[in-house]
Amino acid sequence: MSDMKFTRALADPDHALKPAGRPGPLGKPLVLANDGLPEEEKAWFCDAYPTASGPYKGILENFLNWARSKSLWILGFGTGCGAIELRPLMTSRFDMYRFGIQPRPTPRQSSVFVIGGYASVKTLKRIVRSYEQMMGPKFVVALGSCTINGGMYWDSYNTINAIEHYIPVDVYIAGCMPRPEALLAGFKELQRKIRRGECEGAVKYAENFEWYKANQKKVIHDWNMPDYNY
Amino acid sequence: MRTIPADIAERFEVGPLVEKRADLSTLDVDSKDVPELLARLRDRHGYRHLSFATATDLFEEGVFVLTYMLHNHEERHSLGVKCRIGRENATMESCHLLWEQMWTYQREMKELFGIDFPGSPRVDESFVLEGWIDIPPMRREFDTREYSERTFPTRPGRSTKDPATHMKEKLYPEAL
Amino acid sequence: MEPSIPLRIAYAFVSLAVITVYGLLLIGSMARISAKVQGRVGQPVWQPFIDIIKSSGKRNSISHGIMFWLGPVFRLAGGVGTYMFVPAVLGSVVFQNFSMSGDLLLVMYFIFFGQLGMALGASEGGHPYSAIGVSRGLAQMTAFEVPFALSIISIAVQYGTLDITKIVMAQQGGWQHWTLFTNPLAVVAAMIAFLGMSMHNPFSVVIAPQEIPIGPPTEYQSNLLGMLQTNRAVFNGAKLVLYMNLFFGGATNVPVMVVKTFLIYFINIFVGQAFPRFRVDQSIRFFLGVPTLIGIAAVVFIAF
Ligand code: SF4
Repeated sequence: MSDMKFTRALADPDHALKPAGRPGPLGKPLVLANDGLPEEEKAWFCDAYPTASGPYKGILENFLNWARSKSLWILGFGTGCGAIELRPLMTSRFDMYRFGIQPRPTPRQSSVFVIGGYASVKTLKRIVRSYEQMMGPKFVVALGSCTINGGMYWDSYNTINAIEHYIPVDVYIAGCMPRPEALLAGFKELQRKIRRGECEGAVKYAENFEWYKANQKKVIHDWNMPDYNY
Repeated sequence: MRTIPADIAERFEVGPLVEKRADLSTLDVDSKDVPELLARLRDRHGYRHLSFATATDLFEEGVFVLTYMLHNHEERHSLGVKCRIGRENATMESCHLLWEQMWTYQREMKELFGIDFPGSPRVDESFVLEGWIDIPPMRREFDTREYSERTFPTRPGRSTKDPATHMKEKLYPEAL
Repeated sequence: MEPSIPLRIAYAFVSLAVITVYGLLLIGSMARISAKVQGRVGQPVWQPFIDIIKSSGKRNSISHGIMFWLGPVFRLAGGVGTYMFVPAVLGSVVFQNFSMSGDLLLVMYFIFFGQLGMALGASEGGHPYSAIGVSRGLAQMTAFEVPFALSIISIAVQYGTLDITKIVMAQQGGWQHWTLFTNPLAVVAAMIAFLGMSMHNPFSVVIAPQEIPIGPPTEYQSNLLGMLQTNRAVFNGAKLVLYMNLFFGGATNVPVMVVKTFLIYFINIFVGQAFPRFRVDQSIRFFLGVPTLIGIAAVVFIAF
């Protein structure tokens, strides 16, 4: 059942359960329930849906896409074993700085989220939170077989199997684990995709927000954060 | 050849000392004697270091085996103290007063096996699993594959090959 | 002939644009030089431009209220203000800025104004790391201000004026007139303070990505971050020009200015690549030690 739904959502990007961020039935904007939060904290967090803006076209957008592809700031959040492969990229042997890639410690400023392999449910919670805090346009690179279909943890009770269900992914890098060269190739591919204007993960996330949220809530049982961490 | 020290042999009902390696032995005891025995080993016999504490699920026999691994730095010897407790409503006396780090292991065992340690600090808080709602995942009746299939959707088209036959087919096709 | 006021304002914009571009190129080339020292290829020289374009081209941004928004504005005002009251090129109509209207005290005030504004804004973001970063930044700033201020007092006594243009004038006519040779102690103290001011190693703990994440700008993103990045270039340029004017004889044309400021900035890289990072408490102790003593010696030496 869920598989069917999954494939459909992938094949058909317009698959939206409800138009998010646009006015609801009575012309009022939809408001998130934030049920996971204690009553006194609800006022501290935003309750608006993410807005799906766009489409983005034109010369200016092409130019900006070029700039985006040349200045990829990675969020320094290592999840899973793959994070260890990011370190060599900074060293003089692989030197990712020459492609304009650099690590950034805060989600607010970074534009690329590297999912470094398996994500346990506990980590997934942090991944979702960090991803939502990044400023669009944001890109996700997923390393390792674990992110693609579970890898060697495919039957584990605590690691999710396909990261695509929970956040949109732009580039996958296969391997267990991929070498730094593979990572560089992946980043180059990401740059090409960005320049072609195909990396609209943030828009996709906003459009299919409810589908992603439902998936996330299905595995994260103690949802004690806002529904949309802005 | 190591022997059980006399003061321990006369005070507790201990099983035979099983020598696994030159630097590792195990000792079976009754679960109610464990705290006292551990204290005696720590204070009089030099086993001052707690390496770890863990549980093994003997599903067929209906018991959990708890292992407390101690280490004696002077003699470079590890001693595993083992005891058995029933699987139903498994409860064990907490030993966190002997070694402070013990409560972490006990919290872990509570979460992963469902063994309760009344009085152990923060024993009911979640440890590695957040918001776990099923039976403790390390109990053998828990089917991790079934749980994973039920909970985590996969990408269709995954297939598994037996590594041995697969490599044989690839490398030595003539041998098949 | 004195240009009219609108023309001077137009010239000021030209001068500002030049210093921004120059400052960004300087940052880019220094990053590349550091990379070479580490045996890497390094980022392109124009990387800072791309970063700014990218940051400003983000599609959404968040705000934590008016003070949060004003932080980068104050910061930029500090950078621009510092630059505007320093003559970038002596005797040039375009690059003299408004140096006639302000003096050394005003410039010093502007140098620290930006930091304070940033402190207010960053704290408004509510992120604990911002607050820690700000407190570290202010502590370090207070520390390097001491040798810097002493050195300024020393040269103010030496030249008997606070007017930067007059100080530069007094240094014309050959290298032996530079403050560097007439008052070396003050220059040494000020150069050490300069290391702290530019936040390169070993005094980079405030904005180091590996420490309390990135310090004050933790919550800043999108166009606000772009503003901060631009300011970094302007502020660097302004500081370099100020130092050149006060200690290294100023410049009478643009190439001389470029060469001198490049070399002054290069001292940062030179020191930064050779020394590891100080903790905040260590750097405070450092600044209040030998550099302060040198500063006091400079004042005493010049006054008697
Ligand atoms: S793909 Fe392999 S290396 Fe990567 S996270 Fe999974 S197990 Fe680790």
